[in-house]
Amino acid sequence: MADPLLQVSGIVKRFTGVLALDRVSVDLAPGEVHALVGENGAGKSTLIKVITGVHRPDEGGLRLAGRPADFAGPLDAQRAGIQAVHQEIGLVPALSVARNLLLGREPRRRLGILDLPRMHREASRILGSYGIDVDVRRPLRSLGVGVQQMVALARAVSVDARVVVMDEPTSSLEPREVETLFGVVRRLRDQGISVIYVSHRLDELYRICDGVTVLRDGRVVHQGPLAELDRLRLVALMLGRPVSDVRAEGVTKFSGTHDPARDTPIVEASGLTRRHVLDNVSVAIRPGEVVGLGGLLGAGRTETAKAIAGALPLDGGRVTVAGTTLRRGSAAAAIRAGVALLPEDRKSEGIIATLSVRENIALAALPRLSRGGVVSEARIDRIVETFMRRLRIKAAGPHQRVAELSGGNQQKVLLARWLATEPKILLLDEPTRGIDVGAKAEVQALIDELAEDGLGVLLISADLEELVEGSDRVVVLKDGTVVGELSGGDLTEEGVMTTIAAGTGGETG
Amino acid sequence: MTDMADRTGTAEPAAPASRLDRGRILAWLQDYGVYAAIAALIVINIAITPRFLSVENLRTQLVQVAPVVIVSLGMALVIGTEGVDLSVGSVMALATALIPLYLGYGVVPAVLAALLGGVAVGLVNGSLVAFVGVQPIVATLALFVGGRGIALVVAGGQLKDVYDPDLLNLGSSSLIGIPLPVLVAAVLTVVVMAVVRRTTFGRRLVAIGGNRTASELSGLPVRRILLLVYVVSGLLAATAGVLATARLQASDPSSLGLLMELSAITAVVVGGTPLTGGRVRVLGTVAGALLIQLVRATLIKHDLADSLAQMVQAVIILAAVYAARGAGRR
Repeated sequence: MADPLLQVSGIVKRFTGVLALDRVSVDLAPGEVHALVGENGAGKSTLIKVITGVHRPDEGGLRLAGRPADFAGPLDAQRAGIQAVHQEIGLVPALSVARNLLLGREPRRRLGILDLPRMHREASRILGSYGIDVDVRRPLRSLGVGVQQMVALARAVSVDARVVVMDEPTSSLEPREVETLFGVVRRLRDQGISVIYVSHRLDELYRICDGVTVLRDGRVVHQGPLAELDRLRLVALMLGRPVSDVRAEGVTKFSGTHDPARDTPIVEASGLTRRHVLDNVSVAIRPGEVVGLGGLLGAGRTETAKAIAGALPLDGGRVTVAGTTLRRGSAAAAIRAGVALLPEDRKSEGIIATLSVRENIALAALPRLSRGGVVSEARIDRIVETFMRRLRIKAAGPHQRVAELSGGNQQKVLLARWLATEPKILLLDEPTRGIDVGAKAEVQALIDELAEDGLGVLLISADLEELVEGSDRVVVLKDGTVVGELSGGDLTEEGVMTTIAAGTGGETG
Repeated sequence: MTDMADRTGTAEPAAPASRLDRGRILAWLQDYGVYAAIAALIVINIAITPRFLSVENLRTQLVQVAPVVIVSLGMALVIGTEGVDLSVGSVMALATALIPLYLGYGVVPAVLAALLGGVAVGLVNGSLVAFVGVQPIVATLALFVGGRGIALVVAGGQLKDVYDPDLLNLGSSSLIGIPLPVLVAAVLTVVVMAVVRRTTFGRRLVAIGGNRTASELSGLPVRRILLLVYVVSGLLAATAGVLATARLQASDPSSLGLLMELSAITAVVVGGTPLTGGRVRVLGTVAGALLIQLVRATLIKHDLADSLAQMVQAVIILAAVYAARGAGRR
């Protein structure tokens, strides 16, 4: 192996006391395509930001072509030859393709006048060399997202790039465009340019990447050639579940299997489809049943839950609750029908920080807590009291601001908000993420209890143990399609990982 | 991820104690500073302004502030949704321009026409914000500029004296010793307070201002509520326009309500309602309007220039925004 082009060594980065990166080192050979993988919060984006000069490391440093590199900012990193390609970032949609491509270094005639013909010729030549054939005089925004991204990429690499960072480059591309992109990546490789490739699509990683770094909780948990790492192990490493060490009995608070009534499902979602996100996903949940959604980050789990709750615009598919088909894209209609969604991002999609615990709990159930548009304080008091006691919400009182509560108690407030609407089905997106151990056990026990009471539950959790032990059945998603379903004796952590590793998007679904 | 978020969760309360205390003080200032300031100004005025406590003086002050209070009530609701309504002054102008046109049919049709004008402007603002998705400051800027233009066209561009005795009564008569405009402002204050505290509409508008995404996911009819908020603001501004017309005994669309939007925003912010929404303080808003009125009256009584009053007003706004910012960081 040649001397590394980019050497990342011993990077430590803290954010207000939280360790985001813990002594992370990566070596990048010239012309190497290196996969950077990990689940949410593993530290990928922080590492990328350190490499591209957005963040400065607290400890450790970078060396570019053998020389120490200490970037003062992103511009500094770009000048040194490190280019990042995010979606559409840094481009001006209203300007022409050619101007975007050559922004800041347009060919000029005397007196600084733009040399348009030369600019168009040059732009066509650059894009053509990547197999992209478009009219470079058209405004960028008139092109598809995929082509826009290609322009961004071409722009990045045509400015003397030595290292290109690609963050989820294929997330909005059509299959044909992915092929073009891979062509570009191969060309970069041949020119000795190194690529850091961030993606969750295993198939892509194995097609295009040479080496791999797996991050988890800010640490490197594996590094080496990708070809020597089989898919199952890669999935296990990302999820932090050693294949050999999958325990039969865990430490979660779930009591075991439920006894779902064998009658008709309470919720049937069929053929949910949204471009680039969901492809023909169908899930059915019976009363008293906990159905888990498995899969890697970006597999479409959150989107499936949101689609059922009417909170995601769909291109196709329908959701039926207790026999009636819901109006598409209406959260209010879904709630009236008895669907409740506990969103993944508690802060930005859940709590209303300016309001009290009481107001937060009453919010979704207001119609049934009021008459003629006037709220009944007595009824609200009753419901708030009931749920604060039942969920053991620890607060100074119902009038305390919800923002002052701990994460676990905020989550319970949100659960109370939904239980107050007397739902038939609960969609729980990462219900125990970011809450302390005690609250986690309580929430898990509560999920069990609710299912026993006859609610249908859809459970999303990145914690494999929680998913497997909490669910009666797990539907595995990959790249927006269902690739398998596990239940009974097949429902093990290893089973879920095997399904993720083996499943191919679009075939089994 | 779970681990990291856990650590973030426990890291937060470990803020230094001094900052916490400062946050508390600022939060207190945001909530009650306006009342303290009013009390202080009253004490000062009793000491230095002759006949400050006379019934006549108090009546004048209250009659003058009544339209500002009414407009500010609507503004408080709009700001509670994280919006702003710049068109209120133009709505007042439109209301005053419409009155003489319909006064021939009687007071009731004239007032109704004026109020409908306000509702129409509110519908346009609300539709732009709720359905088209235009930012409130931009959406209402259109009618801030255009509304007064329409008013001038409607009125033929000139000041008209109003003689109708019934209309003039609205501005000058009293009920149980309280001037009618003051009474209207007081009643509307109570109504808006009840709306904010006791109705689903009030609860929801505050929730939308606090977190729009969460409100949508909770099934709230976000767009309908936003539309309604702007309609209410337009209606209240038109009401203020009617009362001001009656008191001035003239319809002057070129100057009525000028800079009213700034007075109203000031009253709301000084009263402790954050510009970031999620909270509406009705009594605080009324107090904010009173405070500005008192400052101006005090300076004028002592023959100090109006420009100085504006500067004092600016200082008060800065203080209020500073307190809100610090309190928000708690």
